[in-house]
Amino acid sequence: MIMSIKMNSNHDIVIVGVGMTPLGEHWDLSIRELALQAISAARAEAPEILPQAFYVANMLAPALSRQSQLGALLADFAGLRGIEALTVEAAGASGGAALRQAFLALKSGMVQSALVVGVEKVTDRVGAEVDAAMATMTDADYEAVQGITPTAQAALLMRRYLHENGAPQDALAGFSLNAHANGATNPFAMFQKAIRLDQYIKAPMVSDPVNMFDASPIADGAAALLLVNADSIPSNVDNPLVKITASATSSSAVALHDQPDPLVINAAVVSTRKALEQANLTPDDIDIFELHDAFTIISALSLEAAGFADRGEGWKLAADGAIALDGKIPISTFGGSKARGEAGGATGVIQIVELVRQLQGLAGKNQVTGAKIGMAQCLGGIGATAVTHILTRLHGQ
Amino acid sequence: MQEHNILKPIRTVGIVGYGAYIPRYRLPAREVARVWKADTSGSLPGEKAVAGLDEDVITMSIEAARNALARAMIDPAKIRAVWVGSESHPYAVKPTSTVVAEAIGAVPNTQAADWEFACKAGTEAMQAAIGFVGSGMANYALSIGMDTAQGRPGDALEYTAGAGGAAYLLGPAEEAMAIIEASFSFTTDTPDFFRRANEKYPEHGERFTGEPAYFKHINAAAQELLQATGTTPEDYTFAVFHQPNDKFPRRVAASLGFRPEQIEAGLLVPWIGNTYAGSALVGLTAVLDVAEPGDKILLVSYGSGAGSDAFIIQTTQALVNRRNQAPGTKEYIERRTEIDYATYSRYRGKLTMK
Repeated sequence: MIMSIKMNSNHDIVIVGVGMTPLGEHWDLSIRELALQAISAARAEAPEILPQAFYVANMLAPALSRQSQLGALLADFAGLRGIEALTVEAAGASGGAALRQAFLALKSGMVQSALVVGVEKVTDRVGAEVDAAMATMTDADYEAVQGITPTAQAALLMRRYLHENGAPQDALAGFSLNAHANGATNPFAMFQKAIRLDQYIKAPMVSDPVNMFDASPIADGAAALLLVNADSIPSNVDNPLVKITASATSSSAVALHDQPDPLVINAAVVSTRKALEQANLTPDDIDIFELHDAFTIISALSLEAAGFADRGEGWKLAADGAIALDGKIPISTFGGSKARGEAGGATGVIQIVELVRQLQGLAGKNQVTGAKIGMAQCLGGIGATAVTHILTRLHGQ
Repeated sequence: MQEHNILKPIRTVGIVGYGAYIPRYRLPAREVARVWKADTSGSLPGEKAVAGLDEDVITMSIEAARNALARAMIDPAKIRAVWVGSESHPYAVKPTSTVVAEAIGAVPNTQAADWEFACKAGTEAMQAAIGFVGSGMANYALSIGMDTAQGRPGDALEYTAGAGGAAYLLGPAEEAMAIIEASFSFTTDTPDFFRRANEKYPEHGERFTGEPAYFKHINAAAQELLQATGTTPEDYTFAVFHQPNDKFPRRVAASLGFRPEQIEAGLLVPWIGNTYAGSALVGLTAVLDVAEPGDKILLVSYGSGAGSDAFIIQTTQALVNRRNQAPGTKEYIERRTEIDYATYSRYRGKLTMK
């Protein structure tokens, strides 16, 4: 039976508060302190809202912080003891998946307000321990056991992509250059420095052909969102309100070799299509696309999956400047995972924070002029999970 | 801000004799890169000194101690302490220092002990010697920092983990080649680099070894000592910092306000690598080899775990009178036999036969 996507309730889900920490090596902050900073910042934007449900997005705490039950732990630390709280894990898509759970809870009418925090603490561990933890996002029985890592997967995809499309070795450089150019003006970014093409070309290989500037840096960080049903909006919120116009997720095979076509991120195709249908929009309507640029090759594949480019043509958008802040389809507007930093399960929440600031017109030097409709998409692994959200201003303007 | 007392003994103490030792074998970084197929397009860190098959911290300490005695021109029987700081003591139980003391003729009426504080065990022993001599408990005390540094094969440390160090015979200021004017330490519990008991190679926290470890501790120790003594970088002819690589000492020197030419003479890491507990101390011997009487030197060590010892040292006329009585640091650096990775593996016991 095919079910059409119909909302049971027609009230809007509104983001009344956002907050995040800088991304980087927070050696002096534990996972709970990182989360609290983001939660406090988000709640400060709507202090009278007491969240009724709490969703934590995280991937690596059990492996790297020896901590599960982040829901209860972080709720307690944030002064919310007693609240309904749990962790949502979908590797790099955890952030979007947690927001999706909050969205569903609010849409159901069972709760009137919800708090989402994405948090990741990785830099207390180093080397092989981190690599092994990251590799848990692959298929443990068939991939990780052979020693594959997400970076090695990206290298396989990138080599195949360049080969199939007859693209030059530096075809994906534009994604890295764009991300670093945008990161340069983002005070929360891990790397606040633009790079040049010659630096990209000379960068050491991480996993040939993925070089240092093709791969995003793993960082500590947290971001939080405070959401309410439209009829619970407090009267005195300072910033323009942003609503969730669409929320859709899709899953696919975890193992790369189980993908019918590895160069098509099928879960991204499906979740984007579902989200656009919900919002009654086409790719042309999207002003900003915060995609999950864990690797430059993923940027190209995500643009293609979402319909911004034909198959094998995504890299050309980077080459001709279409992805810049003033381009046709701006991506990684605050630096993306490449320059802002990749915080695993927190990334999907960070994307939403950034998108909200863009739609509020509060993105400072990173502002995309006149941005009204933004789409965010985070991926688990090489796209086994894809979560897509479309955000718009609550009051058209 | 809290007032700190700098370390200054009642009786002024100086370096009566000093001696370096660096083994002759050299393993170039490009050879390590060749074996591990590392990227060689960027700049590689020179080469490192490697101890020979029949060398260890005991033999190397004896070499350095004999050089120090040759410059000090005192009866070794008068030495009341032989202290060796190292991360590579050949025995877990049985002191390096008793063998050294016996070999140089300092036994039997002497203290002898081994010191451990990562790369600053040697300067810690020096501060203890300042106390020993400065209090009048002894006229002479010998402090050594020496290492055959460990780095796991394939680890970033393997490019620089070198062998070498120096011995300092501390004694009354009147006989000194250089006066130790004051010292100060800064210590915290910072787990940036460690090696557990029975482990062969150390572990490190990658970039964590930089900002919150090396830079924080060296900066704090140096700044407080400069402030407490009312001196500025301009007052110093030379500065020597712990040198785990070429970049860190240059950066910390610049951040404290020292010019590159002030640290050049004591920066040996491109030629001998990071000699761990010997690192800052063998940098200082290179400076003493070329300094003029009256030159002021700032010495700051760093040991993971973590702490820094800072010293202000001023040379005397005796320095130029006696320093040629033992081989200079440069002579050891120039005494060079290049080896390949296979020979290095054999010399350093990296081949496991069973």
